[in-house]
Amino acid sequence: MEITLTVNGAAKAVDVPDNALLVDVLRESLGLTGTHVGCDTSQCGACVVHMNGDAVKSCTVLAGQADGADVTTIEGIGNPDDLHPMQEAFRDNHALQCGFCTPGMIMSAIDLVQKGGGALDEAAVRDGLEGNLCRCTGYHNIVKAVLAAQSSM
Amino acid sequence: MYQFNYHRPSTLEEAVGLMSGAEDGVYLSGGMTLIPTLKQRLASPSDVIDLGAIPGLTGVTVNDGTVSVGGMTRHAEVAASDAIPALADLASRIGDAHVRNRGTIGGSLANSDPAADYPAAVVALCGTVHTTTRSIAASDYFTGLFETALHDGEIVTSVDFCMPDVAAYEKFPNPASRYAVVGVMVARCPGCICVGVTGAGACAFRAAAMEEALAADFSPGALDGVSVDHSEFNSDIHASAEFRGHLVGVLAKRAVARIA
Repeated sequence: MEITLTVNGAAKAVDVPDNALLVDVLRESLGLTGTHVGCDTSQCGACVVHMNGDAVKSCTVLAGQADGADVTTIEGIGNPDDLHPMQEAFRDNHALQCGFCTPGMIMSAIDLVQKGGGALDEAAVRDGLEGNLCRCTGYHNIVKAVLAAQSSM
Repeated sequence: MYQFNYHRPSTLEEAVGLMSGAEDGVYLSGGMTLIPTLKQRLASPSDVIDLGAIPGLTGVTVNDGTVSVGGMTRHAEVAASDAIPALADLASRIGDAHVRNRGTIGGSLANSDPAADYPAAVVALCGTVHTTTRSIAASDYFTGLFETALHDGEIVTSVDFCMPDVAAYEKFPNPASRYAVVGVMVARCPGCICVGVTGAGACAFRAAAMEEALAADFSPGALDGVSVDHSEFNSDIHASAEFRGHLVGVLAKRAVARIA
């Protein structure tokens, strides 16, 4: 089947099997491999992207459900010369070690801060990132980075 | 995943028609349970009928002491609604943020997972489940483990809740999944006191003995010595039936303590 969607501001049309997942569309059809597949069981959050303004796990969204949607991936928020404030905060706070969880962490954190109304404290950030796992267990600096980005975003 | 035919109808009639024409169809709501199930090859439907493009099935509305939640309303939207604070609080503690952005109340109720949160509210807030063909009272809706009164092809279109004077939900979450090992909602409404329990048994139920005790004295102490029969409760790696029975009492007291 063919689906059309907007990815990082650009209209895309892709032909995919009926049982394709959104993460397959992003990684395989569009080559956007910044979105990672970690657990593939909707637990780890490495695959988080924004769909119509909400953070979602793209390994648990069928491609068909994303037909017509506006999707933003880690590639769409900044670039090496002009990092997103959340990326900047992750760098400044040493909030990544191996980096595998980072794209999902950053996409979740941006959604969290955007909806948090500037009122997030440490507990709220930890609660908000419940669906993102870091196997390096680097949570402390991730939380610091999200709180720092709350001021800079 | 096995192969299936994906459909995205734009009306309820079209969805029901697709289901009746399918060899072994399944409705897709938010997909937070169904998609992982498909990925693990625990289900092999011939057709997946996505309800996500059907208009008019979302939103929280208040009318004459009744709060109506559209079947496709996502947990995050219920969590952000101020109609019934205890219901919003319950929704805000389902899964994680990403699950709440996709999962729907209708999907949760159609699935009737014994550890889901919403069923506690449906039974405690005298809920009514509206479908494409009829309205089902909460007391008739949950019939067993992953079993409901829904017929084949029936779609949950909305759920009505009575507006309580006060209500509170307490749960003992599984620390990994945040599913309710046990969850208890206590609601004091004009004319009734309801104690809805999820996680403990095969499906959600009301704890009648606790309701009687609270009707006489609405305080945590009123539940001292009032136990629930745990002989048929769930027992798994997370908790024994006996422990779940204990949790029902503890959580009910905590809920009452918040609102008494």
